[in-house]
Amino acid sequence: MPVRPRPLSPHLEIYRWQIGNSLSILHRITGVGLALGLVALTYWLVSLASGEESYGMAMRLFANPVGWLFLFGWTFAFLYHLLNGVRHLLWDAGYGFERNQRHISGWVAVLGALGLTAAVAVVVWHGASR
Amino acid sequence: MSLRSPLGRVLGTGSAKDGTGSWWAERVTSVALIPLTLWFFFSLLLLPSLDYLTVKAWLSVPMSSFLAVLSIAVLTYHSYLGTTVVIEDYVHATGLKILSLLTLRFLYVLCGGASIFAILHVAFGS
Repeated sequence: MPVRPRPLSPHLEIYRWQIGNSLSILHRITGVGLALGLVALTYWLVSLASGEESYGMAMRLFANPVGWLFLFGWTFAFLYHLLNGVRHLLWDAGYGFERNQRHISGWVAVLGALGLTAAVAVVVWHGASR
Repeated sequence: MSLRSPLGRVLGTGSAKDGTGSWWAERVTSVALIPLTLWFFFSLLLLPSLDYLTVKAWLSVPMSSFLAVLSIAVLTYHSYLGTTVVIEDYVHATGLKILSLLTLRFLYVLCGGASIFAILHVAFGS
């Protein structure tokens, strides 16, 4: 009997790029990014417990353009993962599967996260200049 | 030697009765993390300053340290469940997979433990 290759589910390389799969991939990427953020958070908390000197060193590590980039990256990742996570929870509960609902909620998640990240930047900037 | 076919051996044995555990735990922790992470994020964002004394004073308030410990514990578990799935999806060689999953588990316990200890250290004074 000839052995035929078994059918495979659509793989990343041949999957048509669209909002659904892009946001799904972004959810995973932001999740992994936030896991790295957890390491940074640990370092920050330990530096706080270790005293003023080590805390100052940790804060100086973040207070530069590269540090800011990481902090705002984590802010966006957190907000997006949060909004898109709610979207996933609604799907798990059985809501929002229609095509237009999926698209609208997807755009709300990604644009909402971008908007809120900008709002956070304004708050931080305002606080810094005060 | 059994003459039963591989298909015959797995048919009719019923469901494994588990495997949904980590899936469900990921959802439960995600629900808990909505208020917890929002509290953590906005508490830090709205502090008048992030200097040593301000942050230390904030984290020493019992309600802050309590919620911070809860946040870190649930965050660590949720993140562990998530990155475990990522490794299971992309690392296929058995040895490397077991090694990375073990390393990941140790790192999470290390980070979560260190964070919680640090918060308690601040909360109860040194």
